[in-house]
Amino acid sequence: MDDIRILQPSGLDALVGELRARGFRVVGPTLRGDAIVTGEIRAVSDLPRGMGDSQDAKTYRLRPRDDEAYFGFAAPAQSSKPVFFPAEEVVWRGRRDHDDGGRFSGGQFTVERDTPDAAPIALLGVRSCDLRAVQIQDKVLADRAHVDAHYVGRRDGAFVVAVACSDPAASCFCASMGTGPRPSATSRETGEPSYDLLLTEILAAGDHHFVMEIGTDRGREVADEIGSSIGHSADRDDAIAVTDDAAARQSRAIDTTTVHDVLRASAESSRWEDVASRCLACTNCTLVCPTCFCTTVQDVSDLAGDSAERHRVWDSCFSESFSYIHGGPTRESTKARYRQWITHKLSSWEDQFGMLGCVGCGRCITWCPAGIDITEEAAALARMSGLPAPAATT
Amino acid sequence: MSTAAAEPRIADAGDPMVPRRFAISRVRQDTRDTFTLLLDPVDGEPLAFRAGQFTMLHSFGVGEVPISISGDPAAALAEGGAPLEHTIRDVGAVTHALVHASPGTEIGVRGPFGTSWDVDDAAGGDVVFVTGGIGLAPLRPAILDVLRERDRYGKVLLLYGSRTPDDILFGHEMHRWADLNDVNVQMAVDNAPYGYTGKVGFVTELIARAGFNPRASWAFVCGPEVMMRSAASALAGRGVPASHIRLSMERSMKCGIGLCGHCQLRDLFICVDGPVLDYPRLEPLMSVREL
Repeated sequence: MDDIRILQPSGLDALVGELRARGFRVVGPTLRGDAIVTGEIRAVSDLPRGMGDSQDAKTYRLRPRDDEAYFGFAAPAQSSKPVFFPAEEVVWRGRRDHDDGGRFSGGQFTVERDTPDAAPIALLGVRSCDLRAVQIQDKVLADRAHVDAHYVGRRDGAFVVAVACSDPAASCFCASMGTGPRPSATSRETGEPSYDLLLTEILAAGDHHFVMEIGTDRGREVADEIGSSIGHSADRDDAIAVTDDAAARQSRAIDTTTVHDVLRASAESSRWEDVASRCLACTNCTLVCPTCFCTTVQDVSDLAGDSAERHRVWDSCFSESFSYIHGGPTRESTKARYRQWITHKLSSWEDQFGMLGCVGCGRCITWCPAGIDITEEAAALARMSGLPAPAATT
Repeated sequence: MSTAAAEPRIADAGDPMVPRRFAISRVRQDTRDTFTLLLDPVDGEPLAFRAGQFTMLHSFGVGEVPISISGDPAAALAEGGAPLEHTIRDVGAVTHALVHASPGTEIGVRGPFGTSWDVDDAAGGDVVFVTGGIGLAPLRPAILDVLRERDRYGKVLLLYGSRTPDDILFGHEMHRWADLNDVNVQMAVDNAPYGYTGKVGFVTELIARAGFNPRASWAFVCGPEVMMRSAASALAGRGVPASHIRLSMERSMKCGIGLCGHCQLRDLFICVDGPVLDYPRLEPLMSVREL
């Protein structure tokens, strides 16, 4: 859809208003405490205007900018994962039946599926890495023989306003993963449009506007409503220059041409001892990862045991209990758990779903208290694997 | 009686995350720590399953565990419908609650989930069941599938290992299979009291000496992972084609449908790709510790 518009900063408020008027719950980057996190956007003033960030290994700091950029930061501290896939939700509620005398009548119960709030969601300001992560989660949770019904319920019909990333952090490596910084217009797997609208924020001397690219008819309807003006191909060139520049500023990288085979060949690598001596198995990396989907269930009952709820909650392959069966955990050591995590992300995910499970958002690097860096570990494993290095590109 | 109405009704899978209610009709104690739960569907609709599949059993307010179905796949759908059978070792909070529930108590059942032994593939060949301890329970539906059409198979062997003579599961039934169905049952125990006249040793030693034609045999193996690894290796060593060896894997499971991630073994989700898997697929995965 070759339809380019120019949106003035004042049009952003109209965009939020239009989405809310259409019944969407708008979620996007907001300031909470000392971090930018995904939260509800009621008005454009909820966006972290003029705020950037500094991220690197075990470092996250807000950084006031000297401009009025609305989206002048890298990956928010938490991705949009909890929007469609909350950290905790009720799967079903059950009650024991009682006889007429109010006594428990011997073990009968009823169970009802919980139906979550069905308000449609609009993601505003989602980065390419996180948009790609949503597509990956679609594949994992909504495109299988059995689906996560609550996820599908939230995801269906969601409106997406993507924002091209202009100011990546030191921890970012989406360019090497092929997942950003410019969002691809269509999903690689389904060919469906990835976004309804794509905004690129242009901040030139004295000029602040957004190049708005249309992804869907629905996106065009919204664009028509909010008073955008017609743009030209030169505007798209400006937008592409922003993400080209952002890509060029990324210094971390993973070699995706070899990483699948490297991890597969590294099951018995001595590197696992090395990384395990640093890894705290704190689960931070999995909780901030926008693709990690592992969950557990908790059965919660009242004191009398008459009512019970089944909760689905995020879990982590770094916890010892994760692989527990009678007799003990299958992955008892931290080295086995780190190996499971990185091998899944960079190798077996591809065997399972035909794509890597890492989008290069760098959050696992930022939020690892020990400063463990997935790009560094992948490179070390590649060096130690004995597999030939890829031919240098000319 | 051949009208459609007389056909057994089979419950559709429904929502795989919401348990169906089954009432415990009986709890039979099999050994000192192992019990078989006989379950009747509250809605009257039997649970169709294939040999090797498992369900998630839910004790209200306590929790849920994956347990293989140990009953006869055909009997569940026969006129009148045999109860659904699960054989459970009392090892944790949920299994303890399940095996100590009184008759009439309702429990939740999700499933059936997972892959099957598919014993049909072995028709025309010899069949070797290799199992240890409670591993016999997930194999029992496969054994019953074979015995129902006993003539389609050559020799049928059941090689069974047990910790002690007291831990032998379904002992009477194994005798019956030997006497009535021409099943060559051989047993070994790890530890025996003074005076025990049976074989003491490991199930792998039974594989080394059992009489079957390896090249034309299929082997179905279920037991602790270390036992399956050595048994599969011994079977392959005797000349059973690796692709004719199937094992049933065990991993932590919370959802049963491939979503929770707990049961992953490299690229496999054991709950949907397994639990029954071919040895060529498993061998490289079983040879790495803590994978």
